[in-house]
Amino acid sequence: MADNRFIKKMRRRKRNKERRLKLLSCILMLTAFLFLIPIIFTVCNSFMTEQEISANYGMIFETGESGAKPYISETVNLKFIPDKVTLEQYKTVLLKSPDYLLKFWNSVILVVPIVVFQLLVALFAAYGFTRYRGRIREIIFFAYIILMLMPYQVTLVPNFLVSKWLNLIDTNWAIWLPGIFSPFAVFLLTKYMRRIPYGILEAAKVDGAGEFQIFRHICVPLCKGALTSVAILIFIDYWNMVEQPLILLADSDMHPLSVFLSKINTGEIALAFAVASIYLVPTLLVYLYGEDYLVEGIAYQGGIKG
Amino acid sequence: MDKSIRRVKNISAVYLLPSVIGVALFFILPFFVVIYYSVIDNPISKEFVFLDNFYSVLTNKAFQLAVSNTLKFSFIAVPLVVILSLTVAFLLDMQIPGKSRIRTAFLSPMMVPIASVILIWQVLFHYNGLLNEIIVHFGGGKTDWLKSGQAQIVIILLFIWKNLGYNMVLFMSSLSNIPREIVEVAVMESASKWQVFYHIKLRYLSSSILFVTILSVINSFKIFREIYLLTGDYPFDSLYMLQHYMNNMFRSLDYQKLSAAAILMSLFMIVLIGILFLAENVVGKDLDG
Repeated sequence: MADNRFIKKMRRRKRNKERRLKLLSCILMLTAFLFLIPIIFTVCNSFMTEQEISANYGMIFETGESGAKPYISETVNLKFIPDKVTLEQYKTVLLKSPDYLLKFWNSVILVVPIVVFQLLVALFAAYGFTRYRGRIREIIFFAYIILMLMPYQVTLVPNFLVSKWLNLIDTNWAIWLPGIFSPFAVFLLTKYMRRIPYGILEAAKVDGAGEFQIFRHICVPLCKGALTSVAILIFIDYWNMVEQPLILLADSDMHPLSVFLSKINTGEIALAFAVASIYLVPTLLVYLYGEDYLVEGIAYQGGIKG
Repeated sequence: MDKSIRRVKNISAVYLLPSVIGVALFFILPFFVVIYYSVIDNPISKEFVFLDNFYSVLTNKAFQLAVSNTLKFSFIAVPLVVILSLTVAFLLDMQIPGKSRIRTAFLSPMMVPIASVILIWQVLFHYNGLLNEIIVHFGGGKTDWLKSGQAQIVIILLFIWKNLGYNMVLFMSSLSNIPREIVEVAVMESASKWQVFYHIKLRYLSSSILFVTILSVINSFKIFREIYLLTGDYPFDSLYMLQHYMNNMFRSLDYQKLSAAAILMSLFMIVLIGILFLAENVVGKDLDG
């Protein structure tokens, strides 16, 4: 009998625990949903007609502007489901005004080389930091960490000065070069490579592999996961850049969509939603396909030391 | 030194070269020029004035306002985001149903283009925005949130929204690195939940707490981008941040003061990072790994 009672008690306890976890999960899900709202908001509103947008948010974005729109309501209306679904905004963005597509292309041109070449430079450098750890190298690595952690406002001045001397201002190189040599990828890849057991590299050497062969055929394949993680982190970072192009590229025709989007004026608010949604697509794809890599990439950073 | 080790050393140095040259050219060398600029009168006469620029920056009212606002913001926002993300990480660590979906949602702010962020924050906190409408509905009065004493709260919310997921992932990874045996032994020795939490989990997390704190301080400097796009060059007083000051110096081409301010800021950062390193040495000593 006593046994029976005990089992019942344990069962009840287990059930209570499960119930508690479920409740907690519900609360967390709700909070998490709040975090998703800006994305949902942007995408949903991109399917509304211009009239509906100005009816909903006219109060906010039209105040004080000269070109007031006709359908201004008295109150603001946070809406997610359009009255009438329309692709009008997308049509305008994709077909009628090539401006937006050009800016999108600018973004691609600015970001892709940075991701590719930062990774390439960093792979070699990380190998250098991993293969031999002398005092000088540790000092250099420490300098990299400090540089990596500096706020952009500090590196901005040096950045601007070099670009000026090398006559890079107003060319894409002014964005590319500092991006390619940014210490961020070096730091993460080094941290990862240093976890590869030294014996593996040495064994290859004993078998007669040259240094480049070890690098190319052992180190790089082992780092594939880390490379993906770092690539995602770099991509997200530069895809949303605003400050660098504003300062280093005076010609606004060269600006990426991220800058252009943030300056879209109030009259084009309906378009802004569609443009933002389109701009979201690459990061969203990267995110959905590579979330685990992304999470791993973030986790490598934990603790600064290599 | 062994010949083969020296060979490895020399060859791998070549691998380092591209990166080191690039970093030296684009970050380190120009930084010396910044130091030079900070101690001269102006780029034309190049008269040596030693600490005058620093003095005039430090006594500048706008700079003081910017520093105090930035510090105030960091002092509130950073502990808040660290505690919140730690809490969420702990909760998610309890094998909660739907864990990975929750994680995805919390990380999503990383993707959102800044323009969408600005749009929704406007809709919520504008004078005619949603929040005020709700308040009026319940009989309260309207506040212009971004131009009021509460302006920093609005930005702190934005900061938390943006950074919570990232920090949470960092915490979750170090939580999963806690050796399971240690917790099990503690439970067998009839340690209470609180003891396990305090003596084991927090202990193992201490170095990531430090790291996340520093990272959050750095990110709190980055919030300028959002404030700038929400409120422009000269925002409400309590939102005038250090970076506004630097931005305006940059616009007026005052490189001397800008350089001095950049150096002050980097000194602050170096001290902060130094503290992190020291603390990691002290705290992490008795933990392997």
